[in-house]
Amino acid sequence: MIFKVIDREELGRLFALLAPLGRVIGPVEIARDRRGEHRHGFAEVADFEALCLDYGTTALPAKAYVLPYRERLAAFRLGGQDWEKVPGPDQERPLIFFGLHACDINAFNKLDKVLLGGAYPVPGYAARRREMFVVGSDCQPRPACFCRSMGADTARHGFDLFLTDLGGSYFVEILSSAAFNLVRKIAARDPEEDDHRRYRRRVAEKNTRFTTQVDTTDLTKILDLEFQSEVWQQWGARCLSCGTCANVCPTCYCYTVSEQAGLDLQSARKIKTLYSCNLVDFAAVAGGHNFRPTSHARLKYRYYHKHRGFVEAYEEPLCVGCGRCGESCLAGITVPEVIASVRGGES
Amino acid sequence: MPDSSSTPKNYLGVPVKRPKVAFFELSSCEGCQLQMLNNESSLLAFLDLVEIVRFREAMSGGGDDYEIALVEGSVTRSDEVERLKIIRAQARLLVALGSCACFGGVNQLKNRFPLDWVKREVYGEHPIDTAPARPLSDFVAVDLKIYGCPVKKEEVERIVTDLVIGKDIAYPDYPVCMECKANGNLCLFELGEPCLGPVTRAGCDAWCPNSRAGCWGCRGPATDANLAQMLAIMDERGFSRETVIDRLECFGGFASQVAALRAAGGHR
Repeated sequence: MIFKVIDREELGRLFALLAPLGRVIGPVEIARDRRGEHRHGFAEVADFEALCLDYGTTALPAKAYVLPYRERLAAFRLGGQDWEKVPGPDQERPLIFFGLHACDINAFNKLDKVLLGGAYPVPGYAARRREMFVVGSDCQPRPACFCRSMGADTARHGFDLFLTDLGGSYFVEILSSAAFNLVRKIAARDPEEDDHRRYRRRVAEKNTRFTTQVDTTDLTKILDLEFQSEVWQQWGARCLSCGTCANVCPTCYCYTVSEQAGLDLQSARKIKTLYSCNLVDFAAVAGGHNFRPTSHARLKYRYYHKHRGFVEAYEEPLCVGCGRCGESCLAGITVPEVIASVRGGES
Repeated sequence: MPDSSSTPKNYLGVPVKRPKVAFFELSSCEGCQLQMLNNESSLLAFLDLVEIVRFREAMSGGGDDYEIALVEGSVTRSDEVERLKIIRAQARLLVALGSCACFGGVNQLKNRFPLDWVKREVYGEHPIDTAPARPLSDFVAVDLKIYGCPVKKEEVERIVTDLVIGKDIAYPDYPVCMECKANGNLCLFELGEPCLGPVTRAGCDAWCPNSRAGCWGCRGPATDANLAQMLAIMDERGFSRETVIDRLECFGGFASQVAALRAAGGHR
């Protein structure tokens, strides 16, 4: 790792150098909510001044840019008894994320394990992900954040450079040669002992701000033991089966595929749509049987995938603790509360 | 344009019959039919896919030789019952088009009031024969429902295409929230607005929430909609039960749930 320090004004120059290279996606303010709080979302940013690097958590994750909610997998031209595949859209411009927090960087790293790491990498995701340039930025934990419990509060890889705000200047971690060559074009200096101290103070201060914890000790085993626990029924009774938790989740990747003939009957498309294991027909199969017809069975499945099955397969949960699902759930179902209730009296 | 009626249609080499389609309207604003005429870029392809024999918003005249009847509107008069029975006898497939036909729609709001008062209020000194507004399925067998107030043109086109090629017709089981999030919207509850999106069947592509207007449930309940939790959410956020019931009963899709709420004394 190479460390540099840049003045705040240099960030605009960094943005200007990156902007011609692709689509810059960053946090912007999207609304004031009912409590008068500023809400943020990721959007394509043309003007550096529109960026809000001092943001909490975006309402929706960054995944849609890389793993779209709806994506055309294939298109076909039909003629007579024959058909041919129509080539996909032209190559997209590379994505440049400017201001991703550690949780969202780690979310992409987790998606990589599933979508790139298997025998059959997912083509669209792979193409976008490999072209991606990521500028990470540090954050201040909010009450819903439990990234630390999920081991996702620090990004070790999955970015090109990472900014930590030292007040007036930025501490810059450089992880790729592309980032190194970029930083050479702006005014950057080597960090001095005083910068190290400010960086350590910033990190220590951040760590005091985590107010929500999830006890993951032996969690895979406890989930195994508590499969029949009545708490699942209680959470299931509240669940709206609306799929919002999966849609706001930066690591949910489950999907459904549908095929549609064109109105002219001379064309057809295959469409991939991100789906959610909480939806009523997620486990419905041909013949009409539904393996998980009740909301509590589906909600439980979601937790078992994220905090048991994935941990056993990859040694880490499929959750970065960003807290979006709990904050978005109208029924107030949050990961820390669900897991605490499953652990019951012992925690 | 070539005479498409003589062009044999096929899908992947399999001959496909071009069905004769008629549009009908009972008590309604005919806005669902108007949707079919919007966005002219797909209109010609639609006209090529089916043979339209009756569509009074789009053509003069009209025949009675049809296989598929798309019927818009609710039933509010005795002559409409007779018309509907004739349509049923002729059509191989009777489709309820839009919320009025499926649930009674906005028209069924009048069922809340004494019929005499309604007649006086609307028609004054010139009363007409009118009964409580009912969905088509109260009178005849309905083969297919296409929800929405109005229907979503893209969905009707998809359903009709699937009908023509003999594919099963599928609707979303999930609620509007799925489409709303996919469109990148911030939840309207976060903006302080009530919304029935969490319990209403999707398929509209979150039409209203996309424009920052809360859902009024025009497509009726999603499969296994959790209405009890929806009511708890409305209570918690300070929306009165009256506000919620007003929304739930606006289009008639939640009629049984509203009846249960009223029976339980939920109408404060």
